[in-house]
Amino acid sequence: MKLLLEHAHVEGIRYYDTYRKHGGYRSVEKAFKMTPEEIVEEVKKSGLRGRGGAGFPTGMKWSFLAKPEGVPRHLVCNADESEPGTFKDRYLMEFIPHLLIEGLIVSSFALGSSMTYIYIRGEYAWIVDILEQAITEAKNNGWLGKNILNSGFDCEIYVQRGGGAYICGEETALIESLEGKRGNPRIKPPFPAIQGVWMRPTVVNNVETLAAVVPIINNGGEAYASIGVGKSTGTKLLSVCGNVKKQGIYEIDMTQTVEEFIFSDEYCGGIANGKKLKACIPGGSSVPILPANLTLKTAKGEARYMNYESLADGGFATGSMMGSGGFIVLDEDQCVVRHTMTLARFYNHESCGQCSPCREGTGWMYKILKNIEYGKGKMSDIDLLWDIQRKIEGNTICPLGDAAAWPVAAAIRHFRDEFEWHVNNPDEAQNRNYGLAHYADPIHVPVSA
Amino acid sequence: MKFSAEKLNKVKEIMARYPEGKHKSALIPVLHIAQEENGGWLSTEAMDHVAEVMNILPIEVYEVATFYTMFNLKPVGKYVFEVCRTGPCMLNGSDGIIDYIKEKLSIREGETTLDGMFTLKPAECLGACGYAPMMQLGKHYREHLTKEKVDAIIDECRRNAANNN
Repeated sequence: MKLLLEHAHVEGIRYYDTYRKHGGYRSVEKAFKMTPEEIVEEVKKSGLRGRGGAGFPTGMKWSFLAKPEGVPRHLVCNADESEPGTFKDRYLMEFIPHLLIEGLIVSSFALGSSMTYIYIRGEYAWIVDILEQAITEAKNNGWLGKNILNSGFDCEIYVQRGGGAYICGEETALIESLEGKRGNPRIKPPFPAIQGVWMRPTVVNNVETLAAVVPIINNGGEAYASIGVGKSTGTKLLSVCGNVKKQGIYEIDMTQTVEEFIFSDEYCGGIANGKKLKACIPGGSSVPILPANLTLKTAKGEARYMNYESLADGGFATGSMMGSGGFIVLDEDQCVVRHTMTLARFYNHESCGQCSPCREGTGWMYKILKNIEYGKGKMSDIDLLWDIQRKIEGNTICPLGDAAAWPVAAAIRHFRDEFEWHVNNPDEAQNRNYGLAHYADPIHVPVSA
Repeated sequence: MKFSAEKLNKVKEIMARYPEGKHKSALIPVLHIAQEENGGWLSTEAMDHVAEVMNILPIEVYEVATFYTMFNLKPVGKYVFEVCRTGPCMLNGSDGIIDYIKEKLSIREGETTLDGMFTLKPAECLGACGYAPMMQLGKHYREHLTKEKVDAIIDECRRNAANNN
């Protein structure tokens, strides 16, 4: 079932003529015959949840937007894709840019935003050109600019490059950055829906979320909601990386089991190089890592599915999260301590420095993990790490603190003896081909190992 | 560093993308242009020029330039290798690539070769996890890196530099 990537492999789909020939911009034609309220209603009916990571219902977010008389409102597209393991938005923007532009025009109309911004991470420099080209093509064909389709509605879309800061994916930090400031998250409330960019009512949505508005309008919210399972409606893009045979972007309707997703040839094709599955981080680096057995089955022994509810089954004790869809797979040779250390370094580097628990705590966690990884750790360090992550979680203005704490907590929770082994075997600890066999997946023994 | 007439027009065009009185929003895009014009880094002089052109205080420019990783506050080589080393790249061998570049160019992380040609700047996740290991070189990504590919990239840079002189 493909909604977003249906035409992804059509040659020239990046350009307007081909995109239009394959049904592009139909949703704009349809939407401009509806009222903005009707569009919001369709999105609510679709059950679409924010695809950036938090999974908040999009229709509800839109309905919170304040509409004070005489104050302009803004829609901002969050293209600051920076969560390790996540590269799906990049794929959409690079290869099917018009899908995002189309979704942005419909959403801007629904929300009453005449000046809409795409805030893109600064490193995606070449994609800025692709998006600006698509915007120019859309404008030349009358989908943007003044009085679009004689509706009386004006809309311009601008692309703004960021400066290389993960924190700007947090919506209030993004807004600060869009205003030309440091990316320090704001204290909420007030939420952006009331006071966002330039203190005006603002909606910030992820790239994939806005692209999904296109099929929702084309086929109706109910049709979208009929795809998927329970509250996981529609399709979800997953970016797969790590030690699988076929890394890349997959669109799924969330009915697959994790086992099918990792091992079937239709998706990841199994673990690379004839190795076994050791662990998996299913939703971007900040969600809890799961050992092979809990990746494939829940604690109750039931099959785990690729959707919001099933991935979270068991809470953080035995489950994880769908998150941003950054699916990271570790094979039996990978060292969980070293992997966690790189993530701790990442979050330490990306902490904005505003809240002490995050600014100091992420640095402590990195230093301690580095010591353990390089054979200089003490047994008490493992408890100290646990203590630090617990004191970061929930004690910061924005979720970066949680995002830094969770991977460390889950690594200790599920792989504590790997940490202990590092402490007890300092000489061998530096050799990272550690891979404890008993974590490996007992079911899928490679045929030609 | 002062913006050329052409770049100044570009700066003004970017400043006009925002509502009236909100042109400070253009600061990060304008700093990218300034860095390009100034040989890959932002000197105090370059930042002061940005402040003047945008009619904001120099401190407003400094506080932003120091926050974002992409802005270099010290001179860099003609070619900057920004090699990702975060989790997913590490799983696919980025440590080996970084070690190889260090050895091949005889520099440490963050250093520039004596001829001013190459800088090695280890980076955190650049969103190319499925195509790891990778580096950013200028505006583009170089993916699925191997030692051979690194050799080819270094040769390519040397050739380009020779042709441009």
